[in-house]
Amino acid sequence: MSTETGIGAAVKRREDLRFITGRGNYTDDLNVPGQTCGVFLRSPYARAKIGAIDATDALQVEGALAVFTGRDTATDGLGDLPCGWLVKSKDGSDMAAAPHPPLAVSQVNYVGEPYGLVVAESLAAAREAAELVAADFEELTPVVATAEAAEASPIHEGLKDNLAYDWELGDEAATDSALATAAHVTRLDLTNNRLIPNAMEPRAALATFDPASGNYELRTTSQNPHLERLVLSAFVRIAPEHKLRVVAPDVGGGFGSKIFVYAEETVVTWAAAKVGRPIKWTAERSEAFLADAHGRDHVTHAELGLDGAGRFTALKARTTANLGAYLSTFGSAVPTYLYGTLLAGQYKTPNIHVQTHGVYTNTAPVDAYRGAGRPEATFVVERIVEAAARETGRDPVELRRLNMIEPDDFPYETPVALVYDTGNYQASLDKALHLADYAGFKQRRAASETRGKRRGIGFSCYIEACGLAPSQLAIQLGAGVGLYESGEVRVNPTGSVTVFTGSHSHGQGHETTFAQVVSDKLGVPFDDVEVVHGDTGRVEFGLGTYGSRSLAVGGSALISASEKIIAKGTRIAAHMMQTEPTNVAFEEGAFISGNQRLTLQEVAFASYVPADYPPDLEPGLSEKAFYDPENFTYPAGAHIAEVEVDEATGVVQLVNFVAVDDFGHIINPMIVDGQVHGGLAQGAGQALLEHGIYDANGQLTTGSYMDYCMPRADDVPDFVVDTTVTPCTHNPLGVKGCGEAGAIGSPAAIINAVTDALGTEDIAMPATPEQVWRKLSGL
Amino acid sequence: MNLTLTVNGAEHSLDVPANTLLVELLRTRLRLTGTHVGCDTSQCGACTVHLDGCAVKACTVLAAQAQGRSVTTIEGIGRPNGTRNGSPDDLHPMQAAFRDCHALQCGFCTPGMILRAMELVESGGTLDNRTVREGLEGNICRCAGYHNIVKAVLAAGDAMQEQSR
Repeated sequence: MSTETGIGAAVKRREDLRFITGRGNYTDDLNVPGQTCGVFLRSPYARAKIGAIDATDALQVEGALAVFTGRDTATDGLGDLPCGWLVKSKDGSDMAAAPHPPLAVSQVNYVGEPYGLVVAESLAAAREAAELVAADFEELTPVVATAEAAEASPIHEGLKDNLAYDWELGDEAATDSALATAAHVTRLDLTNNRLIPNAMEPRAALATFDPASGNYELRTTSQNPHLERLVLSAFVRIAPEHKLRVVAPDVGGGFGSKIFVYAEETVVTWAAAKVGRPIKWTAERSEAFLADAHGRDHVTHAELGLDGAGRFTALKARTTANLGAYLSTFGSAVPTYLYGTLLAGQYKTPNIHVQTHGVYTNTAPVDAYRGAGRPEATFVVERIVEAAARETGRDPVELRRLNMIEPDDFPYETPVALVYDTGNYQASLDKALHLADYAGFKQRRAASETRGKRRGIGFSCYIEACGLAPSQLAIQLGAGVGLYESGEVRVNPTGSVTVFTGSHSHGQGHETTFAQVVSDKLGVPFDDVEVVHGDTGRVEFGLGTYGSRSLAVGGSALISASEKIIAKGTRIAAHMMQTEPTNVAFEEGAFISGNQRLTLQEVAFASYVPADYPPDLEPGLSEKAFYDPENFTYPAGAHIAEVEVDEATGVVQLVNFVAVDDFGHIINPMIVDGQVHGGLAQGAGQALLEHGIYDANGQLTTGSYMDYCMPRADDVPDFVVDTTVTPCTHNPLGVKGCGEAGAIGSPAAIINAVTDALGTEDIAMPATPEQVWRKLSGL
Repeated sequence: MNLTLTVNGAEHSLDVPANTLLVELLRTRLRLTGTHVGCDTSQCGACTVHLDGCAVKACTVLAAQAQGRSVTTIEGIGRPNGTRNGSPDDLHPMQAAFRDCHALQCGFCTPGMILRAMELVESGGTLDNRTVREGLEGNICRCAGYHNIVKAVLAAGDAMQEQSR
């Protein structure tokens, strides 16, 4: 295979040409004849009873077509938005799931919750009409703060308190006993700040209904259109799956926030049939702030026990996770199975126990955001390890090294339910130390001091678990869906290849990477392979893109399908070459037996024009596969941050960042580097800039880019990124996933650098100038 | 109101409501959907276009303010100007550099980023890592972490200077 386009080549992305020339097709770019515009009515209160809603004046607006409320969707029997993972409390009881109607019916529970939809001929008319809808609310006292929510009076009628679940993992008695006998115990209280994902393309939906066929079509900003269709069909009951097509066209970033099935696209699809016209809705950024699922928001107390030699003996974490007002699609799983399971980190800590209280508050639902549980786990482990090193007077690097799982220890079973298949954590750390010039840090620190700056260095040796799997285990643990991926490889009669994948690309470059994989496997030119994704009308099934799973799971499905193509092609070729299939080898795009050779293209043609063809074989050369991984993949790495703190202003400047990651084999190193860069900037945002804040009344005070500090170009440095490779042992590509690592490892590294610079552990994210200045001033 | 303006070299005469924003005119009336709307506070820069050669945020400019003036959008750069044929040979050096340096991922911020970066280079100031980062302060990218965007702008800066010699 061509080394210029095959596995391992930095192939330029084929999707770029449409994006750099302004010819992408994002949902809001699409228009259909007869289209109307939708605007949602959103709660101005964090918690209130809904009284009378009067749309009389609104419907007088020229161009206004309809106003729908929760009473209309309820009357039509629309089902609730489901949570896809049933978490059980430690006493064995099911989580307390509050009903989540697509439009609020009797009570609103967070600012921005939709309670109605206005449809009009134009956006301007819809906005004007929305202003004129008169809704009565009776305000109720909201519950906002994460730490106090469990004790507060319940926000949902019918639930006894605000505790959705009390979940645990690990051996509590053994952990307590090990902590009681530890030579040293480090204790830390940590807050993982609420983040607002902010993909640059706001969510949008364009729904059509054809009364003649009864078919619905929804174009929307989704990371997983098949899941969207499944939920709209099976749970909301808008239409059966064969009457509902969901297309996720070009999608402008997701970072988790577009995994979930939201109220808006649900209601717009339903309303398109009610109005008898297509409806388009596009979120304004303000709506995105209020009503996209938020991320993180944990409060944790952690304790780490060490023996006299510095070996970790036990880790205990008590976490309260804010789930928001409703359980979002995967909201329940993030602070439990995607968090507690990662608390071993890269270390041989023998006893671990974690307890998570998932609580309801009158805030936007919280769900997966880049990393989803794993940044929170990494923050706990890597902050407390760093603090323990300082408390016991050890070098933070040496303390980590002393406790790391060794290359010979794999497969390694942790006390929190995972089996790491492979890794070499020391190798990543060594490379990162070299790239960061750790030896020269003291000199750099002294140089900073001469400029009135305090310099700090911080480490984070993270582990993550990607490609959630296998399905059977996940379903036993409460998952409502399988965790496989589907793929189809269709060799066309003239030998070009169309690839269909259930993964979805919204910036990751699958159209390029997946073409590299199939081109390499089948030995056909890269330009002859086309990748189709994001359309339930064209792709058989799929679970979409989240958890850095696309290549490890979706790519593996394409390998399985390609292997079936080769197997069938071998039988066809053997027949054509008048030999047995066992005598035929497939090499570099050709079937070879002795001195006979048939290209895949020739065999494909023969399969569609079966003149000389095996009698017991069906014509055609198209194969499907579902790939269900046997385990997670475990990317890991070492991140080193260096910061300078201005003593006069408290401004923290991230001056150097090194990330050495082990993603297993790499298909396209250019794309992998880009994924790391993006994750690092988001991690730097969490550590230094970003914070979703609600006031005591439940009003979002960070509801725009004026108040919510997004990382900009001059907030981050050039990043130094490199990789080490231990291939995943259980998928055919040996790949692990690279989408989230940057956001997982970096916040802890940066805060460890800030606390190193300041000489205190008491710094919360984000380390704003005000907070740092107060610390420096002893306030 | 009646409005006459040039967009990507073509003259348009249109009747539009007086409160029409330039970005609405481009996206809704002229179907030039390469210009995107990423926020409602003029912060993100996804809607950046050139108005008489200067980068402006089209979400904060009334269409009426473009009366008699010339607007260039992402669809109107490259060679030959405005043909939108999209072949790699026809790309503006800034477009080519964004692709070569992998300076885009989801692509949503990219048109605005490219138009702002072109102005930054054309303004003729010193181009280095720091000035480029500061110059792109008004354009938010959530995917790429800016690293490769800065690389692309510096590379395109060299190419554009080469071209103008």
